[in-house]
Amino acid sequence: MLTLKQKRSLQSLLVGCAAWLIAGLIFFPIFWMVLTSFKTELAAFATPPQFIFTPTLENYLHINDRSDYFSYAWNSVLISFAATALCMLVAVPAAYSMAFFETKRTKGTLLWMLSTKMLPPVGVLMPIYLICKSLGMLDSRLALIVIYTLINLPIVIWMVYTYFKDIPVDILEAARLDGATTLQEISRVLLPIARGGLASTMLLSLILCWNEAFWSLNLTSSAAAPLTALVASYSSPEGLFWAKLSAVSTLACAPILILGWISQKQLVRGLSFGAVK
Amino acid sequence: MADLKVRNLKKAFEGFSIIKGIDLDIHDREFVVFVGPSGCGKSTLLRLIAGLEDVSSGNIELDGKDITEVAPAKRDLAMVFQTYALYPHMTVRKNLSFGLDLSGAPKQEVKDKVENAARILELDPLLERKPKQLSGGQRQRVAIGRAIVRNPKIFLFDEPLSNLDAALRVQMRLELARLHQDLQATMIYVTHDQVEAMTLATKVVVLNSGRVEQVGSPLELYHHPANLFVAGFLGTPTMGFLTGNLGQTAANACEVKLDARANISLPLATALAPGSKVTLGIRPEHINIVPAGEGLLSVTADVSERLGSDTYCHVRSQSGEMLTVRVRGDFAPKFGETLDLSFDTAHCHLFDDSGKAIDKRIQSAA
Ligand SMILES: Nc1ncnc2c1ncn2[C@@H]1O[C@H](COP(=O)(O)OP(=O)(O)OP(=O)(O)O)[C@@H](O)[C@H]1O
Ligand SMILES: [Mg+2]
Repeated sequence: MLTLKQKRSLQSLLVGCAAWLIAGLIFFPIFWMVLTSFKTELAAFATPPQFIFTPTLENYLHINDRSDYFSYAWNSVLISFAATALCMLVAVPAAYSMAFFETKRTKGTLLWMLSTKMLPPVGVLMPIYLICKSLGMLDSRLALIVIYTLINLPIVIWMVYTYFKDIPVDILEAARLDGATTLQEISRVLLPIARGGLASTMLLSLILCWNEAFWSLNLTSSAAAPLTALVASYSSPEGLFWAKLSAVSTLACAPILILGWISQKQLVRGLSFGAVK
Repeated sequence: MADLKVRNLKKAFEGFSIIKGIDLDIHDREFVVFVGPSGCGKSTLLRLIAGLEDVSSGNIELDGKDITEVAPAKRDLAMVFQTYALYPHMTVRKNLSFGLDLSGAPKQEVKDKVENAARILELDPLLERKPKQLSGGQRQRVAIGRAIVRNPKIFLFDEPLSNLDAALRVQMRLELARLHQDLQATMIYVTHDQVEAMTLATKVVVLNSGRVEQVGSPLELYHHPANLFVAGFLGTPTMGFLTGNLGQTAANACEVKLDARANISLPLATALAPGSKVTLGIRPEHINIVPAGEGLLSVTADVSERLGSDTYCHVRSQSGEMLTVRVRGDFAPKFGETLDLSFDTAHCHLFDDSGKAIDKRIQSAA
């Protein structure tokens, strides 16, 4: 028989193993992509797959020759950050009113907003394409910013709403009695308390915008094209070049991965720092 | 100066009427306590006064100015919440100064006021801490300090002590009474704890399901309850009640035939017809245990609660109604023992069929 203590440590060992296994499974494709990006095209195809090889930068050099990585990256940054900012600008007041001034229809409104995400985007491709065309907004960053804002808005509002719901309304009422206007109540009390949650919401919105491919492929060609369009351009015209595709994908993921990595500490701290109770 | 007038105030939530027409006058420097059972609308009434809820009808006047539609920020009131509602992201100092900072008061003045309030409440050593790093009692002090710093016309308290442990509650209760003296402030205080109501108030407002049952000083309410509800709500242990019918009445006396097989003559005048249904109320301290045969009422002893200083004997009358008798701490009847009781007739209360007190001395509820 195992003692209770032994049982506990065995249990935590098993849970630990399972966690590492799952983490490994999730991480492996990214690892493999980065690895492949440093192989020659030949090595990339080799069966069985090679783990030991002489790394080469030729794929990256090729990409640098063929396309202007920084122009794509700049588009991605601009579009993601602008869409996220715009999204928060709408989501904060919306979530504030729904979380703290609930009416009979609040729950229904929330569900309805989420239901718009159930529509497959391709269903509205035609009308949106035509609207963009007639407004002269094809291949414009503004079009993508507006569209990304709108498609992420429901999720962002939901997230901000749940974070706000955790904040006791008394604190806001205290601010109101202390003489705060609605704007001061939001900016000096609500937002600082919710900042951990808001930061993770913004990070999620950035990631969603950064990785969005459907609309960027359909509505941009060059001037406004973000990194997802760059990646796609490596998959079609010349057949599949795995190593080059991996290299360009690595380049496309890198900025957002680094951002996530950097903000991770702050996020965790922010999340626990805002704790009210 | 702070004179608050509430006129025919009503509030409904989603069609449910919660505050059903309240008239109230609160004068400068009064310590008014709203007391009543859970869900009777005490907090709602306080929040209406604070402006945190919109009124359905009626109006609120502060110093002759109608503030019914004025935003809470502009009412010049301060509220202390049950949950303290401190700003978790600010230090104690910032918590205290937040209101003044918003109003754009000069830095030095803010600093002086904060430090003054901190001294009064003994918060000096805690000024640079965050609320998370404070104990419940300390948080409560900060919440009160936040109100003091603003020097409001009226302080509003919503059950501020209910999250504290018993000892701390007694201590804070004393501190609040002292604060009221020191600041010469007007305070409105919500509680369902009648000890708090009795000890703190200069004026008690007893509420029951959205209406005012009675308004008066604590002792006035204790000695002259206007109706059965107030009589039963105030006092621990509660007043005992015996039902019966009115017998002979005279100019300043009346006889009551109790269902508990006893007749008692009370020094009360009533216009009710003989035979009307009445309820007699008597507090534990006004009942005496007397030698067998000399009493008015014969009862059976139930359990007794011995507190040391006193013993509360619960007894069952012959009609099955329960009474509580307060006796000396060294006395305890045996369970099931038969006891004879006599009543202090001068302190008996009589209520008519609708629950209203039959008592010439009482002015009925406002
Ligand atoms: N925002 C609201 N929406 C709907 N009903 C409400 C709302 N606030 C209060 N009520 C209802 O109004 C009634 C009175 O509530 P209130 O909080 O004033 O009671 P209370 O006297 O303070 O009770 P307690 O002693 O338990 O705090 C309750 O029945 C409650 O359900
Ligand atoms: Mg309440």
